[in-house]
Amino acid sequence: MTSFSARRVRADIPQLTRRVHGRPLTYLDSGASSLQPNAVIDAMSRYYELRHANVHRGVYTTAVEATEAYESSRAAVARFINAPGAQNEIVFTKNTTESINLLAKVWGAAHLGEGDVVLLSEMEHHANIVPWFQLRESTGVEVRFIPVGDDYRLDLTNLDELLRDVKLLSVTGMSNVLGTKNNVRELAAAAHSVGALVAVDGAQSVAHGPVDVAALDIDFLAFSGHKMLGPTGIGVLWTRESVLDTMGPFMGGGGMIADVRLDGFTPAKGVARFEAGTPPIAEAVGLHAAVRYLEGLGMDNVAAHERYLTEDALTRLELAFDGRVRVIGPRDVIDRGGVISLDVEGVHPHDVAQMLDEYGVCVRPGHHCAKPLMRRFNLAATARVSFGPYSSTADTSVLLEALEQALKMFG
Amino acid sequence: MSNLENLYREIILDHYRSPRNRGELASPPAHKVEGFNPLCGDEVTIYLDVHDGVLADIKLTGHGCSISQSSSSLMSAAVKGKPLDDVHSTIETFKELMLAHETKVEESEGDSANLRTLGELAALAGVVKFPVRIKCATLAWNTLAQGLQEISI
Repeated sequence: MTSFSARRVRADIPQLTRRVHGRPLTYLDSGASSLQPNAVIDAMSRYYELRHANVHRGVYTTAVEATEAYESSRAAVARFINAPGAQNEIVFTKNTTESINLLAKVWGAAHLGEGDVVLLSEMEHHANIVPWFQLRESTGVEVRFIPVGDDYRLDLTNLDELLRDVKLLSVTGMSNVLGTKNNVRELAAAAHSVGALVAVDGAQSVAHGPVDVAALDIDFLAFSGHKMLGPTGIGVLWTRESVLDTMGPFMGGGGMIADVRLDGFTPAKGVARFEAGTPPIAEAVGLHAAVRYLEGLGMDNVAAHERYLTEDALTRLELAFDGRVRVIGPRDVIDRGGVISLDVEGVHPHDVAQMLDEYGVCVRPGHHCAKPLMRRFNLAATARVSFGPYSSTADTSVLLEALEQALKMFG
Repeated sequence: MSNLENLYREIILDHYRSPRNRGELASPPAHKVEGFNPLCGDEVTIYLDVHDGVLADIKLTGHGCSISQSSSSLMSAAVKGKPLDDVHSTIETFKELMLAHETKVEESEGDSANLRTLGELAALAGVVKFPVRIKCATLAWNTLAQGLQEISI
């Protein structure tokens, strides 16, 4: 049973009671990081208050409890994305960036070489570009990009040609600049037809709508806890058990070994192989609470709520500013999430964000770690608005009021 | 005056809307130097024409926020035609202003010797209260200092 009420979600978020410059906080930066509900904060506090111990070692009661808490989070995350191999396919990392680096530096280094191609898209975050350039330096693999069209969507006209010699397609589920949601299922089918594996950067998509890795028929999914109401410091790399078994270890240390001798080591089996050192235990507990909270809301409901907010905001931006505030992203809310990049006439994004802060409004100015995409549209920066499950049309009203003032001051 | 009004003073908005000394100089003979702020993408290119120890002419191109653009415009107006010694001391005074602690700005509002010697540049004093924007204000100045150093080598 799910039940969604944005008003109730707001009441669950303590940070939304804050005031900034005498104004209530209008948080429109969920694309960068979401706010946490009490359920997450309390779960982490309770863990530290009563159950903290290191995992996977002790035989005493709290150590066993901590291990159970950590491992049950893995199972919950697997259920959340419908991983066919359940907890055996969930690797905990630091964040999406580390997940993609693990993929490139372990799977990529072992399976890709000269003559192979990694296919990305022009709308990727730097986290899904730079690790592949680094891999290119060490292995000679070719990195290729699917272009973005003037409609702010992937231009798949030459997809067959682009897929030649591709061994891995790695694309974002949803652009953190444009809000564009990619048709991952269709892209995965095309990539599989040439024998390539498919990775999805789910940093944005996992937090804002249902993601089912089995139904999408993908091979890797990377995402972060802190963008889905969970804590910072924990991320996830999901991959099929059959693929995982072909991957060597990542970082070396305690916890990732089966045996260490004076002449070498044998890595552990399963996901432990990728988790050297003490893992983010409290963060896993917090992520578990976030997953349960989101499941309670229903990811379909979250997606519908944010779609409603996006349509409302796009319409009101058009009506209020008569073209003086341009949206860099699709106008259609089909296959589009609640990320709205703004180009305000005559006002630099930094000045927009500064003016908005005076009204308690949090938006993000800059290139959003997607410089190739910014270059594609001849922009140095945008001011980005992004929604979460707790966002409301009242947030958009404050945004419009503050934008009006920015235009007045700089106009 | 609120912090925000103090940041976006009329002089700053005026220099943002109508930047002074905008353009290029043939290089060579002019010296060309570029500055970047990789975090926010601000860019400035400065052309310097130095003769007999005097900054005879200066032109700028680039793009960025109102603070970075007005700061570079105000800077060009302040240093153009000045002996290099004066240019260096203006750079020093401006950078000190950007280092000033908040309380110091409150005390010195309007009447410190530094602010008076800075003239219109003093309008940028409000930036200090917005630490993330200081790098916007100092971009052109650091670039100018770099250019002068390159010339002297």
